[in-house]
Amino acid sequence: MTEALVRAEGVSVRLGERLILENIDCAVEAGEILTLIGPNGAGKTTLVRVLLGLLRPQQGRVVRSRALRVGYVPQRLHVEPTLPLTVQGFLALGTRTGREAYRAALAEVGMSHLVDAPVQRISGGEFQRVVLARALLRRPALLVLDEPAQGVDVGGQRELYRLIARLRDQRGCAVVIVSHDLHLVMAATDRVLCINRHVCCRGEPEAVSAHPEYRRLFGPFDREFAVYAHEHDHRHGADGGVPAGGDPGR
Amino acid sequence: MIGLDEPFVWRALAAGLGVAVVAAPLGCFVVWRRMAYFGDTLSHAALLGVALGVLLDVRPMLGVLLAALVTGVVLVGLQRFGEFAIDTVLGILAHATLALGVVVLSFVESVRVDLFAYLFGDVLAVTGADLLWIGLGGAVVLAALTAIWRPLLAVTVHTDLARVEGVPVTAVRLAFVLLLAIVVAVAMRIVGILLITSLLVIPPATARRLARTPLQMAVLAAGLAAVAVMGGLLASLAWDTPAGPSMVVAAAALFALVLAVAPARA
Repeated sequence: MTEALVRAEGVSVRLGERLILENIDCAVEAGEILTLIGPNGAGKTTLVRVLLGLLRPQQGRVVRSRALRVGYVPQRLHVEPTLPLTVQGFLALGTRTGREAYRAALAEVGMSHLVDAPVQRISGGEFQRVVLARALLRRPALLVLDEPAQGVDVGGQRELYRLIARLRDQRGCAVVIVSHDLHLVMAATDRVLCINRHVCCRGEPEAVSAHPEYRRLFGPFDREFAVYAHEHDHRHGADGGVPAGGDPGR
Repeated sequence: MIGLDEPFVWRALAAGLGVAVVAAPLGCFVVWRRMAYFGDTLSHAALLGVALGVLLDVRPMLGVLLAALVTGVVLVGLQRFGEFAIDTVLGILAHATLALGVVVLSFVESVRVDLFAYLFGDVLAVTGADLLWIGLGGAVVLAALTAIWRPLLAVTVHTDLARVEGVPVTAVRLAFVLLLAIVVAVAMRIVGILLITSLLVIPPATARRLARTPLQMAVLAAGLAAVAVMGGLLASLAWDTPAGPSMVVAAAALFALVLAVAPARA
């Protein structure tokens, strides 16, 4: 057994009367992208909080490798309008380096033009990337993103997952992504863990999408999605046309 | 108008400035963390502390510090109480402790207690010893706030994110409540129990539109609070109005002025 960055063993979480997680085993290996998937209310965020050490499970244990540096991008981050905070000020809360380092981290996520913008003035998708930049500044060995694509359109979601995959390739960090849409994450993920309170199935994305448990959970929606699926294998120019070389099929 | 050569006027000014300049930066966090009602509860519980101080025959300020501290620490872990939301719990605690304070004080007949002075402050009666306490408390609060500034701000923006990044969240929160308790204890003499929250909330709210960073807002709030203290004191001397409430009125007037003049930002 290789040394995992984080390993959960037999984790159960109960909030009041409700059993949120039941006997979950999972591990995140160095450098891999693991997608955590499941329907609404399946306990995905709870499992992430357990893995991050924010929540102590009633049963089971969580083992983290020593001195593990984690970068965290929480699901929704809202900054009070009464708090005057620029993007740079927000980044400085996580890691105190210099303006150049902030600019470089923002450039990695394509947001360097926002360094002086007030955080309340930028869009949800932009802020999500700024939070990702704050996580990257910590030089994490493990990056945890809780539904990073929420409120981002489908094209933007693909872009985001491509960016995350690229970051992993460049930095060699492990990534845990929470999602409820396997199709979009599929190309960018190494392994999938499908949960619905308990572990339904796990494995490589193709295997999971063919798994009966997965089909039972996502089946109907899956087909619906397939009807509207739009394989974007080309790029549009700014005018909406397809420039020469933008379409691999021609 | 009473002459400015009277020493008590200068003592009042020093006390007012000392408290205002400390309360305003701390108050920024009260505003950012939406804790105005929390501050109100701490200060209302202060009257019970006054009664405690009278009964135990120690400085009222110490009794207040103790009462505010206990209330704050109890409340900090309390998100809900049974089926009641936190603002309901705060509302009950604030007024129950205030009323209980008045009732307990009425039993202490051996000591004449000027209730009005505790409720609305008595800044013109500040003594040299009071000034010493205000200076001491203020210095401690400013130094501690400077020390916990960044972690406290990180916790204010997002608690879980701060915790993952290694901030000792519970310790920082407790430290903040401790500082609030100290400010309540020293501010009571100036504006009184019922008006302490105004020093915590009005100057920061006034500074919001003029600031681009948290630090700017804190410094501006302190400056605006100082202006309000001086204006209120002058008005009180000119028209013989109660000094503490006059300072609060001045702060509110400044707020209205900035609201009217400065454009809204983000």
